Amino acid sequence: MSTNPHAHENLIDSDTGKMGMWLFLFTELFLFGGLFLVYAVMRTKYAADFHHAALELNAFVGATNTVALLFSSMTVAMSLTAIQQQKSGKAIGLIFITLLLAGVFMVNKYFEWGHKFSLHLYPGSDVMKTLPHGEIVFFGLYFMMTGLHAVHVLIGGILLTLVMFKIGSGKIRHDHFLMHENSALYWHLVDLIWIFIFPLLYLIT
Amino acid sequence: MTYTSSEPLNYLNHKTGLWSWLTSSDHKRIGLLYLYAITIFFCAAAILGLLMRIEKMAPGQTIMTAQTYNGMFTIHGIIMIFIVVIPGLAAVFGNIFLPIMIGARDVAFPKLNLFSWYIYIFGAILGLYSQFANGHSPDTGWTFYVPYSAEASSNVVIALTAAFVLGFSSILTGLNFIVTIHRMRAPGMTWFRMPLFPWSLYATAWIQILATPIIGITLLMVMAERLFHIGFFDPALGGDPVLYQHLFWIYSHPAVYVMILPAMGVVTEIFPTFSQKPVFGYVPIVFSSLAIALVGYFVWGHHMFTSGMSYESRWFFSLLTFIVAIPSAIKVFNWLSTMYGGSVDLKPPLLYAISFIFLFTIGGFTGLALGSLATNIQLHNTDFVVAHFHYIIFGGMGFGFFAGIHYWFPKIYGRMYNFKWAYISWGFLFTGFNLLYFPLFVIGIQGMPRRYFDYDPKFQTGEFLSTIGAFILIAGLAGMISNLVYHARKGPKAEANPWHGVTLEWQVPSPPPHENFDEIPVITHEPYLFDKPATK
Repeated sequence: MSTNPHAHENLIDSDTGKMGMWLFLFTELFLFGGLFLVYAVMRTKYAADFHHAALELNAFVGATNTVALLFSSMTVAMSLTAIQQQKSGKAIGLIFITLLLAGVFMVNKYFEWGHKFSLHLYPGSDVMKTLPHGEIVFFGLYFMMTGLHAVHVLIGGILLTLVMFKIGSGKIRHDHFLMHENSALYWHLVDLIWIFIFPLLYLIT
Repeated sequence: MTYTSSEPLNYLNHKTGLWSWLTSSDHKRIGLLYLYAITIFFCAAAILGLLMRIEKMAPGQTIMTAQTYNGMFTIHGIIMIFIVVIPGLAAVFGNIFLPIMIGARDVAFPKLNLFSWYIYIFGAILGLYSQFANGHSPDTGWTFYVPYSAEASSNVVIALTAAFVLGFSSILTGLNFIVTIHRMRAPGMTWFRMPLFPWSLYATAWIQILATPIIGITLLMVMAERLFHIGFFDPALGGDPVLYQHLFWIYSHPAVYVMILPAMGVVTEIFPTFSQKPVFGYVPIVFSSLAIALVGYFVWGHHMFTSGMSYESRWFFSLLTFIVAIPSAIKVFNWLSTMYGGSVDLKPPLLYAISFIFLFTIGGFTGLALGSLATNIQLHNTDFVVAHFHYIIFGGMGFGFFAGIHYWFPKIYGRMYNFKWAYISWGFLFTGFNLLYFPLFVIGIQGMPRRYFDYDPKFQTGEFLSTIGAFILIAGLAGMISNLVYHARKGPKAEANPWHGVTLEWQVPSPPPHENFDEIPVITHEPYLFDKPATK
């Protein structure tokens, strides 16, 4: 506590850095919490419409994505163990697998959204206007929740890519891996939020 | 700033040039960057307020059209709330003094701190841009209520983005302060040896972290509604406009405590110093801050008593509103008791702090009138509400800020302002303030609605008096600001501890050196121990 933080200008002590990250993750949970709240209110109001609209979603695609994210959470955790054991090459490889799994998720998502658009199931479309209110709200929530989540997947992917390069250049090492750890925490958050989104949207029929 | 080379190095002169300021991660310099930005925006929005008052001097159109008036009260609200008052005390005095008061050299994340300032400036510029782009200033009011905000043809999306960005800056500042307080306290500074201003910042920071994301997602949903026709709040698409109001106030009521808690913290520092007596009831003040933060999170429904809620929710929110008044009242008793029996020295900071109690108490009591279900029906959406929240926000946070700047000015600049000038400006400010806002209580009770461009001639006496008050208030502001600006450079040198304060910021030179302390102090006792009553 009494050490001078400027004595080593670029190093924030790791407990301090992690605490900041955890607080930031709280704010992310509250951000999505707002959407979950709207979901809860609307689902109560339009239970039957939600049931019907959710039939449009392909639970197999959703489940594939869930598995992909769960595995990616595992590989990112393993990469953190690898860096602590001074195995940089292995850590880079594991992060690379994490990024591949994130890619699988995003490609799947792309086709899923594309399919909805081809059916004219997007907000403001001609088909959408003919649907009952509850279904319009369901698809609105679907695009908003999965869209915002996809943005987080992208941010997490960028962070992990940076981490990968920093391990390569030796800036992240076994005794200095705060950014690696925080990025991994962020990646777990992305995974965690998806674990709630998946049943709420895909498995309620 | 120009200093002669004979002066000792401090945070103002150890590096010079604009670039050294814009890239500085020194918490004191960042605090000053906030201070200057906030002062500029405050003056701009105050002038908008004056123009609105001139418009309402007489019934009918006087100096602007109804549409301009709508744009003006919107941008006045957006600037004052999101750009001035919410960051306000925490960003300025919190940044400058939090690390010093807990015996640290800087905040936990100095670069993130500078980054927050840039986000803040970016958001503020977006806010201004929304006012001027394409000549369609937003006209929704700062509350952005749907369905109007989803349909209005003005620059609502830009204004929403601005509020979103500013919220992000607020979150990062709050996060930084929480970690700083947890991790950076000097050896021996236990939680209950921490001064009370840091305590109030701690409570505030938790509200910032827990409430701001909700407004973030809500504003994103309104944007999605406008840009992509997603109907969360539009009844024609199955949405619910009252749901928007819930989400909006889940943030925006706690935001009131983000504004007022740091101001309470500032005056809590001032009373012991100018009474030369330990603060009365340290522990109750700590817990009342935390209680305000906690209970304040659950009272948002009192903004919506007339919007359509079940009877049970209404009495529940009303009850909680009355409960949240208790910790505020505890603080008022503590401040008064701190002065009781002390050597009270009515210097300008104390004068402002006492005005704070007076105005805040009026604002608080009228808040209870709004929080009771029966009277709320009569008073909702009248000028009574406008008067109430200006007494809280301007009379509370504003005067708390003025108290703080007069208290810490010699520490920040190492120079002293002119007392006589300060007293006269205070006289104008206090008179003008009450003349401006008190008549609004009266015409509000008589039924004058808020946000109206025109009014029934029977309200003219009140509206006219209020406008006269606005002129006096602006004169007082001009006097106060010019006193401070002039003496920041030309004032006589101040001693390191002109008020005989005992908290850590008074133990370092004025202005403080670059990293605050040559040697980190070791804390061995409670924060407010005065040796003996000061001799006058």
